Amino acid sequence: MIPTILFYAFAAVLLVAAIGVITSRNPVYSALYLVFAFVQSAVLWLLIEAEFLAITLVLVYVGAVMVLFLFVVMMLDINVEQLRQGFTKYLPLGVVVALVVVIEIANVVWFRSEGRAFVTPDPYPAGYSNTKELGSVLYTDHVYAFEIAAVLLLLAIVAAITLTMRRRPGLKQQDIAKQVAVSAKDRVRIVKVESAKE
Amino acid sequence: MIDMLTQLEPLWLMVPELIRDVLVIVLKIVVVMVPLILGVAYFTYAERRIIGFIQNRLGPNRVGFHGLLQPFADLFKMLFKEVVVPSSSNRFLFVIAPLISLIPALAVWAVVPLNDEFVIADIDAGLLYVLALTSLGVYGVILAGWASNSKYAFLGAMRSAAQIVAYEIAMGFALVGVLMASGSLNLGQIVLAQSGTGIFSWFWLPLFPLMIVYFIAGVAETNRAPFDVAEGESEIVAGFHVEYSGIGFGLFFLAEYANMILITALTSVFFFGGWLSPFAGVPGLADTWIAAPSVGWLGLKMAFFSFCFLWFRATFPRYRYDQIMRLGWKVFIPVTIVWIAVEGVMAALGIGPWSAAA
Repeated sequence: MIPTILFYAFAAVLLVAAIGVITSRNPVYSALYLVFAFVQSAVLWLLIEAEFLAITLVLVYVGAVMVLFLFVVMMLDINVEQLRQGFTKYLPLGVVVALVVVIEIANVVWFRSEGRAFVTPDPYPAGYSNTKELGSVLYTDHVYAFEIAAVLLLLAIVAAITLTMRRRPGLKQQDIAKQVAVSAKDRVRIVKVESAKE
Repeated sequence: MIDMLTQLEPLWLMVPELIRDVLVIVLKIVVVMVPLILGVAYFTYAERRIIGFIQNRLGPNRVGFHGLLQPFADLFKMLFKEVVVPSSSNRFLFVIAPLISLIPALAVWAVVPLNDEFVIADIDAGLLYVLALTSLGVYGVILAGWASNSKYAFLGAMRSAAQIVAYEIAMGFALVGVLMASGSLNLGQIVLAQSGTGIFSWFWLPLFPLMIVYFIAGVAETNRAPFDVAEGESEIVAGFHVEYSGIGFGLFFLAEYANMILITALTSVFFFGGWLSPFAGVPGLADTWIAAPSVGWLGLKMAFFSFCFLWFRATFPRYRYDQIMRLGWKVFIPVTIVWIAVEGVMAALGIGPWSAAA
């Protein structure tokens, strides 16, 4: 009973937050609504006892990705008028994309699940650890796919860094290793001072 | 007294079970929170006194005996000051930002075990929960900086965001080492995995580089000196909280100190055996209270690391921003990755304290 109420409450807030993402005028608000939506969906995952996924969602998306997102969005100077200019021109394309997404969702929700009732899964026995189960599946059955995904991510990191590495000639840079290696006796003079008394 | 309690038992059983559970949880939270808030209050006093002595002055010693009432005097002063909301700032975010930085710092205590039995929520993914919540605290700083509509505050927020993202990775990697050594994500299990022959069975010894990285990253994560560029009073006035007055500033202050106490508690739990006694394996002390695990040992360890925080602040000059980034990305992350590999090899060869558990 209580989990059901919680599910509908959090799902409702999630929908409101998701609508907020696309309707707010201020991009910072959109990003914050997205953060809110992530947290709500993490709670939904918690309700089906997938605590590893839920916490990882908060850790990775809310704690790292969205911080960088906000970082960028706050510094952008977005001209809303300029963005709106193409709105009517791209409207038909947007409508088509939206329709395709709606059909896909309908396909999953109505047609593929036809005849099957949506039931709450049975709660797992005490001592069941979602984290452990996920780990043992990832590192045994799906170990190659997992490793390939890891290498792809590494590749993306290297590519992103390469794109931003520009070596301009004649640039004056600090040699930080040299600065760090400076010895204390060149800079610091120890002076003995009598201590304070109350 | 005992008679009275046994008479009360039927009354207690009359209460519906749901309400009983809630009452017990609330009581547990109070038991953790009251000492924590008091600890924060006296941490501020200790900071001013200790740094005073380090810098050859006395610190506050006028309010109460040796200045012991100073934290309360400060609190009342902040409570009675006007909260000024800057014009054309974002009012809602401006008000909520201090709360966002305070709440995660307190919520993490739900999974921190104080001894063998006492922990508010004994969850399986405790370590992940700690990481997730500590990463939320940065939103308070960023939102405060943005909502203040001030260039100084904004610069502070930007610095803080970049710094926290950089050090969180090193922190996470250091904790990967801990969970490899203990074989569990549950904080209580992590402490129990360190039990044995006292101080030498704790993880600080086999995971020494990770311990150093974790603690320094913790100092950076809490925006404390020498990593306090988010405040940087000589460059950007007071950074992200420059526009906050009265209790808004007080909440940021509270959050900073609560975060510091949290880092000391987590360092004790992950690397220094939590509530375990350092004299557990010493012959001759085996059955005395000195060798018995207790919450007092956790308190002592936390007190020591708290002192380290103040010691660092009084001793080191502030890092330059590019040096902070270099330390985080180019020194700490490689160190942790190398040590995780070393640990893997040691575990595979059966060397080290964790081989018995596996």
